[in-house]
Amino acid sequence: MTWLSIIIAGILTYITRMTMITLVDRRVLGTKLKQVLGYVPAAVFPAIIFPAIFYNDYGNLIELTDPKIYGAIIAILVGYLSRNIIATIFSGLISYWIIIFLL
Amino acid sequence: MLSKSEIFKRGSLDISPHMLSVIPFGIICGAIGVEMGFDPYLVYAMSIIIFGGASQIVFLQLLSGGASSFIAVTSVGIINSRHLLYGAVLSEYLEKLTLFKKLIISYFIVDQGFAESNKYFKKNKNQKNIHYHLLGTGITMWVCWQISTILGIILGSFIPDELGLKFAVPLTFIAILIGEFRKIDHVIVILVSGISSLLFFEAPLKSYIIISPIVALFTASLVLRFKK
Repeated sequence: MTWLSIIIAGILTYITRMTMITLVDRRVLGTKLKQVLGYVPAAVFPAIIFPAIFYNDYGNLIELTDPKIYGAIIAILVGYLSRNIIATIFSGLISYWIIIFLL
Repeated sequence: MLSKSEIFKRGSLDISPHMLSVIPFGIICGAIGVEMGFDPYLVYAMSIIIFGGASQIVFLQLLSGGASSFIAVTSVGIINSRHLLYGAVLSEYLEKLTLFKKLIISYFIVDQGFAESNKYFKKNKNQKNIHYHLLGTGITMWVCWQISTILGIILGSFIPDELGLKFAVPLTFIAILIGEFRKIDHVIVILVSGISSLLFFEAPLKSYIIISPIVALFTASLVLRFKK
Protein backbone atom coordinates (compact mmCIF):
# COMPACT_ATOMS: atom_id res chain seq x y z
CA MET A 1 0.00 0.00 0.00
CA THR A 2 2.80 2.39 0.92
CA TRP A 3 4.60 1.44 -2.29
CA LEU A 4 1.52 2.22 -4.33
CA SER A 5 1.20 5.60 -2.59
CA ILE A 6 4.82 6.41 -3.36
CA ILE A 7 4.33 5.56 -7.01
CA ILE A 8 1.21 7.72 -7.24
CA ALA A 9 2.99 10.55 -5.39
CA GLY A 10 5.88 10.18 -7.84
CA ILE A 11 3.61 10.32 -10.87
CA LEU A 12 1.86 13.39 -9.45
CA THR A 13 5.20 15.06 -8.83
CA TYR A 14 6.37 14.26 -12.35
CA ILE A 15 3.17 15.73 -13.75
CA THR A 16 3.83 18.98 -11.85
CA ARG A 17 7.27 19.07 -13.45
CA MET A 18 6.34 18.33 -17.04
CA THR A 19 2.91 19.92 -17.52
CA MET A 20 3.91 23.51 -18.08
CA ILE A 21 7.05 22.65 -20.02
CA THR A 22 5.24 20.47 -22.53
CA LEU A 23 1.92 22.28 -22.74
CA VAL A 24 2.62 25.98 -22.40
CA ASP A 25 3.19 27.84 -25.59
CA ARG A 26 4.89 31.03 -24.49
CA ARG A 27 3.56 32.89 -27.51
CA VAL A 28 0.12 32.56 -25.96
CA LEU A 29 1.29 34.15 -22.70
CA GLY A 30 0.90 37.92 -22.72
CA THR A 31 3.78 40.26 -21.87
CA LYS A 32 2.05 41.11 -18.60
CA LEU A 33 1.96 37.49 -17.52
CA LYS A 34 5.57 36.98 -18.56
CA GLN A 35 6.57 39.95 -16.41
CA VAL A 36 4.72 38.50 -13.45
CA LEU A 37 6.47 35.15 -13.97
CA GLY A 38 9.76 37.02 -13.52
CA TYR A 39 8.83 37.16 -9.84
CA VAL A 40 8.44 33.39 -9.44
CA PRO A 41 11.68 32.88 -7.44
CA ALA A 42 10.80 35.80 -5.14
CA ALA A 43 7.28 34.41 -4.73
CA VAL A 44 8.08 30.73 -4.15
CA PHE A 45 11.25 30.47 -2.06
CA PRO A 46 10.21 32.67 0.89
CA ALA A 47 7.31 30.26 1.47
CA ILE A 48 9.96 27.62 2.15
CA ILE A 49 12.37 29.92 4.03
CA PHE A 50 10.03 31.62 6.50
CA PRO A 51 8.33 28.53 8.00
CA ALA A 52 11.69 26.71 8.17
CA ILE A 53 13.03 29.56 10.28
CA PHE A 54 10.04 30.62 12.35
CA TYR A 55 8.58 27.21 13.16
CA ASN A 56 10.29 24.43 15.08
CA ASP A 57 10.13 20.69 14.34
CA TYR A 58 6.88 20.39 16.27
CA GLY A 59 5.05 23.05 14.29
CA ASN A 60 5.19 25.72 17.00
CA LEU A 61 6.31 29.31 16.44
CA ILE A 62 9.77 29.91 17.86
CA GLU A 63 10.78 32.59 20.36
CA LEU A 64 12.26 35.83 19.06
CA THR A 65 15.50 34.92 20.82
CA ASP A 66 15.93 31.73 18.74
CA PRO A 67 19.42 31.42 17.18
CA LYS A 68 17.85 30.53 13.79
CA ILE A 69 16.57 34.10 13.47
CA TYR A 70 20.03 35.59 14.02
CA GLY A 71 21.69 33.05 11.73
CA ALA A 72 19.22 33.96 9.00
CA ILE A 73 19.74 37.71 9.48
CA ILE A 74 23.50 37.28 9.20
CA ALA A 75 23.14 35.09 6.12
CA ILE A 76 20.93 37.73 4.50
CA LEU A 77 23.41 40.53 5.29
CA VAL A 78 26.38 38.51 4.04
CA GLY A 79 24.41 37.49 0.94
CA TYR A 80 23.45 41.08 0.27
CA LEU A 81 27.03 42.31 0.55
CA SER A 82 28.94 39.40 -1.00
CA ARG A 83 26.41 38.03 -3.51
CA ASN A 84 28.12 34.72 -2.95
CA ILE A 85 26.17 31.51 -2.32
CA ILE A 86 28.84 29.70 -0.29
CA ALA A 87 29.51 32.75 1.88
CA THR A 88 25.78 33.10 2.52
CA ILE A 89 25.24 29.49 3.61
CA PHE A 90 28.45 29.31 5.65
CA SER A 91 27.97 32.60 7.46
CA GLY A 92 24.46 31.58 8.45
CA LEU A 93 25.52 28.15 9.71
CA ILE A 94 28.61 29.35 11.51
CA SER A 95 26.87 32.23 13.27
CA TYR A 96 24.12 29.78 14.26
CA TRP A 97 26.70 27.37 15.69
CA ILE A 98 28.52 30.16 17.52
CA ILE A 99 25.27 31.15 19.17
CA ILE A 100 24.22 27.64 20.20
CA PHE A 101 27.63 26.33 21.25
CA LEU A 102 29.51 29.35 22.58
CA LEU A 103 26.96 31.80 23.90
CA MET B 1 30.07 29.61 -28.43
CA LEU B 2 30.16 27.04 -25.67
CA SER B 3 29.85 23.35 -26.48
CA LYS B 4 27.09 21.19 -25.02
CA SER B 5 29.41 19.65 -22.46
CA GLU B 6 30.78 23.04 -21.46
CA ILE B 7 27.25 24.32 -20.84
CA PHE B 8 26.46 21.15 -18.88
CA LYS B 9 29.57 21.66 -16.74
CA ARG B 10 28.63 25.27 -16.19
CA GLY B 11 25.25 24.16 -14.84
CA SER B 12 26.92 21.59 -12.66
CA LEU B 13 29.28 24.23 -11.32
CA ASP B 14 26.51 26.78 -10.76
CA ILE B 15 24.51 24.43 -8.56
CA SER B 16 27.44 22.92 -6.66
CA PRO B 17 27.56 25.51 -3.83
CA HIS B 18 24.04 24.42 -2.89
CA MET B 19 25.35 20.91 -2.20
CA LEU B 20 26.63 22.34 1.10
CA SER B 21 23.07 22.12 2.29
CA VAL B 22 21.60 19.50 -0.03
CA ILE B 23 23.95 16.72 1.06
CA PRO B 24 23.30 17.07 4.81
CA PHE B 25 19.59 17.37 4.07
CA GLY B 26 19.67 14.18 1.99
CA ILE B 27 21.45 12.34 4.78
CA ILE B 28 18.84 13.55 7.27
CA CYS B 29 16.07 12.56 4.88
CA GLY B 30 17.37 8.98 4.54
CA ALA B 31 18.10 8.62 8.24
CA ILE B 32 14.70 9.93 9.36
CA GLY B 33 12.87 7.45 7.12
CA VAL B 34 14.69 4.46 8.56
CA GLU B 35 14.35 5.81 12.11
CA MET B 36 10.61 6.05 11.64
CA GLY B 37 10.63 2.34 10.88
CA PHE B 38 10.10 2.33 7.13
CA ASP B 39 11.64 -0.29 4.86
CA PRO B 40 15.05 1.09 3.74
CA TYR B 41 14.33 0.14 0.11
CA LEU B 42 11.12 2.10 0.26
CA VAL B 43 12.87 5.13 1.77
CA TYR B 44 15.46 5.00 -0.99
CA ALA B 45 12.96 4.37 -3.80
CA MET B 46 11.33 7.68 -2.93
CA SER B 47 14.52 9.50 -3.89
CA ILE B 48 14.17 8.07 -7.40
CA ILE B 49 10.40 8.02 -7.78
CA ILE B 50 9.53 11.34 -6.13
CA PHE B 51 12.95 13.05 -6.08
CA GLY B 52 11.87 16.00 -3.96
CA GLY B 53 13.43 16.47 -0.54
CA ALA B 54 10.84 18.28 1.54
CA SER B 55 7.93 16.32 0.08
CA GLN B 56 9.65 12.99 0.84
CA ILE B 57 10.04 13.88 4.52
CA VAL B 58 6.48 15.16 4.79
CA PHE B 59 5.15 12.00 3.13
CA LEU B 60 6.88 9.73 5.65
CA GLN B 61 6.00 11.94 8.62
CA LEU B 62 2.33 11.95 7.68
CA LEU B 63 2.19 8.18 7.22
CA SER B 64 4.05 7.44 10.44
CA GLY B 65 1.78 9.90 12.23
CA GLY B 66 -1.21 7.82 11.15
CA ALA B 67 -2.50 9.98 8.29
CA SER B 68 -4.22 8.18 5.39
CA SER B 69 -2.25 7.51 2.23
CA PHE B 70 -4.69 9.79 0.42
CA ILE B 71 -3.64 12.71 2.61
CA ALA B 72 0.04 11.84 2.27
CA VAL B 73 -0.16 11.63 -1.53
CA THR B 74 -2.22 14.80 -1.84
CA SER B 75 0.24 16.68 0.35
CA VAL B 76 3.13 15.61 -1.87
CA GLY B 77 1.19 16.83 -4.90
CA ILE B 78 0.46 20.19 -3.28
CA ILE B 79 4.01 20.73 -2.00
CA ASN B 80 5.40 19.94 -5.44
CA SER B 81 2.83 22.01 -7.32
CA ARG B 82 5.38 24.85 -7.21
CA HIS B 83 7.06 23.05 -10.12
CA LEU B 84 4.15 24.23 -12.24
CA LEU B 85 5.41 27.77 -11.75
CA TYR B 86 8.98 26.76 -12.55
CA GLY B 87 7.78 25.05 -15.72
CA ALA B 88 5.85 28.11 -16.81
CA VAL B 89 9.02 30.21 -16.44
CA LEU B 90 11.34 27.70 -18.10
CA SER B 91 9.05 26.84 -21.01
CA GLU B 92 10.18 29.91 -22.91
CA TYR B 93 13.73 28.62 -23.07
CA LEU B 94 12.83 25.00 -23.77
CA GLU B 95 10.14 25.46 -26.41
CA LYS B 96 12.34 24.40 -29.31
CA LEU B 97 13.09 21.00 -27.82
CA THR B 98 11.34 17.86 -29.03
CA LEU B 99 8.59 16.47 -26.82
CA PHE B 100 10.80 13.53 -25.89
CA LYS B 101 13.58 15.80 -24.65
CA LYS B 102 11.08 17.92 -22.74
CA LEU B 103 9.77 14.81 -21.02
CA ILE B 104 13.27 13.72 -19.99
CA ILE B 105 14.42 17.13 -18.83
CA SER B 106 11.25 17.62 -16.76
CA TYR B 107 12.25 14.85 -14.37
CA PHE B 108 15.36 16.78 -13.36
CA ILE B 109 13.68 20.05 -12.43
CA VAL B 110 14.42 20.96 -8.81
CA ASP B 111 14.28 24.20 -6.83
CA GLN B 112 17.95 25.11 -6.89
CA GLY B 113 18.38 23.92 -10.48
CA PHE B 114 15.45 25.99 -11.62
CA ALA B 115 16.82 29.07 -9.84
CA GLU B 116 20.38 28.80 -11.13
CA SER B 117 19.47 27.74 -14.68
CA ASN B 118 16.87 30.48 -14.90
CA LYS B 119 19.58 33.04 -14.09
CA TYR B 120 21.78 31.53 -16.80
CA PHE B 121 18.94 31.43 -19.35
CA LYS B 122 18.13 35.09 -18.80
CA LYS B 123 21.72 36.08 -19.60
CA ASN B 124 22.26 33.65 -22.49
CA LYS B 125 18.88 33.64 -24.21
CA ASN B 126 20.23 33.41 -27.70
CA GLN B 127 22.85 30.79 -27.16
CA LYS B 128 22.32 27.33 -28.62
CA ASN B 129 21.74 24.25 -26.47
CA ILE B 130 21.19 26.20 -23.25
CA HIS B 131 18.99 23.36 -21.98
CA TYR B 132 22.23 21.51 -21.21
CA HIS B 133 22.61 23.95 -18.33
CA LEU B 134 19.36 22.70 -16.84
CA LEU B 135 20.53 19.12 -17.33
CA GLY B 136 23.79 20.05 -15.60
CA THR B 137 22.08 21.50 -12.56
CA GLY B 138 19.43 18.76 -12.44
CA ILE B 139 21.68 15.75 -12.89
CA THR B 140 24.26 17.06 -10.40
CA MET B 141 21.47 17.51 -7.90
CA TRP B 142 20.09 14.05 -8.69
CA VAL B 143 23.42 12.29 -8.16
CA CYS B 144 24.12 14.11 -4.89
CA TRP B 145 20.60 13.45 -3.67
CA GLN B 146 20.84 9.71 -4.39
CA ILE B 147 24.23 9.37 -2.72
CA SER B 148 23.29 11.39 0.34
CA THR B 149 19.97 9.61 0.97
CA ILE B 150 21.74 6.24 0.65
CA LEU B 151 24.38 7.46 3.13
CA GLY B 152 21.64 8.50 5.53
CA ILE B 153 19.88 5.14 5.19
CA ILE B 154 23.02 3.06 5.72
CA LEU B 155 24.77 5.10 8.37
CA GLY B 156 21.71 6.49 10.11
CA SER B 157 21.87 9.94 11.59
CA PHE B 158 25.64 9.98 12.08
CA ILE B 159 25.36 13.73 12.02
CA PRO B 160 24.46 14.73 15.58
CA ASP B 161 21.07 16.41 15.92
CA GLU B 162 22.64 19.15 18.01
CA LEU B 163 24.37 20.53 14.91
CA GLY B 164 20.96 21.62 13.67
CA LEU B 165 21.89 20.98 10.05
CA LYS B 166 18.27 21.26 9.03
CA PHE B 167 18.90 24.97 9.28
CA ALA B 168 20.99 24.62 6.10
CA VAL B 169 17.74 24.20 4.16
CA PRO B 170 16.39 27.74 4.60
CA LEU B 171 19.96 28.99 4.12
CA THR B 172 20.28 27.45 0.65
CA PHE B 173 17.03 29.15 -0.34
CA ILE B 174 18.16 32.47 1.10
CA ALA B 175 21.31 32.06 -1.00
CA ILE B 176 19.17 31.59 -4.11
CA LEU B 177 17.52 34.96 -3.53
CA ILE B 178 20.62 37.07 -2.82
CA GLY B 179 20.50 38.56 -6.31
CA GLU B 180 17.04 39.96 -5.61
CA PHE B 181 17.69 41.74 -2.32
CA ARG B 182 18.71 44.94 -4.10
CA LYS B 183 15.48 45.30 -6.05
CA ILE B 184 12.73 46.85 -3.98
CA ASP B 185 9.90 45.31 -6.02
CA HIS B 186 11.36 41.83 -5.49
CA VAL B 187 11.84 42.52 -1.78
CA ILE B 188 8.15 43.42 -1.49
CA VAL B 189 7.16 40.15 -3.18
CA ILE B 190 9.58 38.21 -0.95
CA LEU B 191 8.08 39.71 2.21
CA VAL B 192 4.49 39.14 1.09
CA SER B 193 5.23 35.50 0.28
CA GLY B 194 7.09 34.92 3.54
CA ILE B 195 4.51 36.58 5.75
CA SER B 196 1.62 34.80 4.09
CA SER B 197 3.40 31.46 4.47
CA LEU B 198 3.40 32.09 8.23
CA LEU B 199 -0.25 33.18 8.20
CA PHE B 200 -1.37 30.16 6.16
CA PHE B 201 0.98 27.69 7.82
CA GLU B 202 -1.89 25.84 9.47
CA ALA B 203 -3.89 25.54 6.24
CA PRO B 204 -4.68 21.91 5.38
CA LEU B 205 -2.38 19.63 3.37
CA LYS B 206 0.62 22.00 3.52
CA SER B 207 -1.20 24.22 1.07
CA TYR B 208 0.63 27.32 2.35
CA ILE B 209 3.41 26.28 -0.03
CA ILE B 210 1.28 27.14 -3.05
CA ILE B 211 -1.13 29.68 -1.51
CA SER B 212 1.72 32.05 -0.54
CA PRO B 213 3.34 32.16 -4.00
CA ILE B 214 -0.06 32.85 -5.56
CA VAL B 215 -0.69 35.73 -3.13
CA ALA B 216 2.84 36.99 -3.80
CA LEU B 217 2.47 36.78 -7.60
CA PHE B 218 -0.80 38.66 -7.35
CA THR B 219 1.07 41.32 -5.37
CA ALA B 220 3.73 41.31 -8.08
CA SER B 221 1.12 42.10 -10.71
CA LEU B 222 -0.03 45.07 -8.61
CA VAL B 223 3.59 46.18 -8.12
CA LEU B 224 4.09 46.06 -11.89
CA ARG B 225 1.11 48.33 -12.35
CA PHE B 226 2.67 50.92 -10.03
CA LYS B 227 6.08 50.68 -11.68
CA LYS B 228 4.74 52.03 -14.96
